[in-house]
Amino acid sequence: MSDFPRTPPKQSWTFSNDINAEIRRAAATGIYDIRGGGSKRKLPHFDDLLFLGASISRYPLEGYRERCATDVWLGTRYAKNPIHLDIPITIAGMSFGALSGPAKEALGRGASAAGTSTTTGDGGMTEEERGHSKTLVYQYLPSRYGMNPDDLRRADAIEVVVGQGAKPGGGGMLLGQKISDRVAQMRNLPKGIDQRSACRHPDWTGPDDLEIKILELREITDWEKPIYVKVGGARPYYDTALAVKAGADVVVLDGMQGGTAATQDVFIENVGMPILACIPQAVKALQDLGMHRKVQLIVSGGIRTGADVAKAMALGADAVAIGTAALIALGDNDPAYEAEYNKLGTTAGAYDDWHEGKDPAGITTQDPELFKRFDPILGGRRLKNYLKVMTLEAQTIARACGKNHLHNLEPEDLCALSIEAAAMAGVPLAGTNWIPGRNGGF
Amino acid sequence: MQTFDLAAQGLRALNSTLHGLKGQTNQTAWEIINPKGAHAIAVGLDAPVDVTVRGSTGYYCAGMNKQATVRVKGSAGPGVAENMMSGTVIIDGDASQYAGATGRGGLLVIKGNASSRCGISMKGIDIVVHGSIGHMSAFMAQSGNMVVLGDAGEALGDSLYEARLFVRGSVKSLGADCIEKEMRPEHLALLADLLKRGEADHLAKPEEFKRYGSARKLYTFNIDNASSY
Repeated sequence: MSDFPRTPPKQSWTFSNDINAEIRRAAATGIYDIRGGGSKRKLPHFDDLLFLGASISRYPLEGYRERCATDVWLGTRYAKNPIHLDIPITIAGMSFGALSGPAKEALGRGASAAGTSTTTGDGGMTEEERGHSKTLVYQYLPSRYGMNPDDLRRADAIEVVVGQGAKPGGGGMLLGQKISDRVAQMRNLPKGIDQRSACRHPDWTGPDDLEIKILELREITDWEKPIYVKVGGARPYYDTALAVKAGADVVVLDGMQGGTAATQDVFIENVGMPILACIPQAVKALQDLGMHRKVQLIVSGGIRTGADVAKAMALGADAVAIGTAALIALGDNDPAYEAEYNKLGTTAGAYDDWHEGKDPAGITTQDPELFKRFDPILGGRRLKNYLKVMTLEAQTIARACGKNHLHNLEPEDLCALSIEAAAMAGVPLAGTNWIPGRNGGF
Repeated sequence: MQTFDLAAQGLRALNSTLHGLKGQTNQTAWEIINPKGAHAIAVGLDAPVDVTVRGSTGYYCAGMNKQATVRVKGSAGPGVAENMMSGTVIIDGDASQYAGATGRGGLLVIKGNASSRCGISMKGIDIVVHGSIGHMSAFMAQSGNMVVLGDAGEALGDSLYEARLFVRGSVKSLGADCIEKEMRPEHLALLADLLKRGEADHLAKPEEFKRYGSARKLYTFNIDNASSY
């Protein structure tokens, strides 16, 4: 052995262990990686924003004594029966099929107890969720699985889904393992086959058609229901403007951290934008059209805490939606099941093979033995608690900023910790008055 | 016969009036005059009434129909009878794109031709076209029956599930996973019934048709079939 020091082994950043493992996996199986959830990248996010709080130039409201309201009206533009929610945190669309019936029931129970809405998904409306949801939004999706005028009429709002943050421009695939008798019957498909969801609606293309489609849905439901249009975070300025032009009451905007039941990892991680970058563009579109607060904006994709809620609203959203966070509140990825996650080759917190239907927590499965483990009453209570905590957190921040309603939060209450976040959110870099891209900046 | 002048009274009043017929049986025959290509005519009906539209319609005429019979004495725009649940829709003229899209039941009869994507994603509806149909018809069709007395355009039945397709004329090309299948006696009987209900039994005989359906090779993802997707 020479006494000279050797160059230590150096791992390539480009060909990291993760990348190399994926190359080997692809080579061995011949199929791309399919998984659930949203982007796992470290993205510019609400964590990169801070509230400034009150100071000499503005005074705060007294916590626990001075009121800070949290309610929100949705669908005030055209609907005869707009929705009034106690809190601005809604439950995002998740399908029966992807989730078990008891999990849908728990979402309804929790949301109703907290005074907010739930949303159906790509599989039709189940009795579990209609029965347990005081306010239920019925998704109108490209696949139209289970779509029928009776459910349309017993919904409280209709959400025309154009895209979702995890996969803007993509359809879906529910693998055969989860196509049980009941799922197959609701979707009018043979049991056990892979079920493909189309990426485009079958009977309209583009904003002019969408306007007519919305007219039809309004006519079928006698102009009673608010009509939402949901888009993935791709071109939020134009998508928002076009949704408004097409007649939407509410725009739902989902960033790339938003989850999906199953799609290609390459799609989740490489298509779409983080929600932080999307909100200001959508708000600007609404403001340019004179429709901010007239057409409501619901944002989603990585909302986890009351601070996230407050930041989204300060940027101009009227409400937020949660999906992944709601599942975690129900018990998804709970370390209590660590031994079983290990058997599946994963660990609590990283489990994302929801499409395989083997969820130890009994939530993202159609296996009756597994979903028996999940108690919808307890799950509902946990979700209600979580929604209440998020609301209290958002109120705490809003009071500190001197706001008597969450809707009064504004970009002026915020600063950014990074240049990227400052540019995306359109708020100054902390300690400066610099908003990259504005004020004569580049 | 109740007459409704759409130009004078407006779309909202029309659909509101027709929705109000649910549960009553007094006014079962309706005529809509001056449709002038309006969209969303007679959508969301849910009563055993007979509605005749005197002229051509725009998008989504008879959308999500239940129970009603809707007759269009002209041509129909895109998405006629989309997501129909039950009842009958009869178009005297031609139909534009997506006729009968995602339909879950009932019968759609088109006495002229239908454009592209006829029966797209159909889920139980029966469609009888006296003329020809355009490209990508019955794309991802899940169930139900489509009968075409004329020809079919490119990529018929692409990514088909369990719908049955019967075409009398030529098929320009079959889509991925769609194949010609044997016509067995039960199919001939089914076809005879569809032709009769589709007011086409005097125009064609079941023996003149070929049957197409799914090869079911794309039902479970397989990388070796990737070029078919």
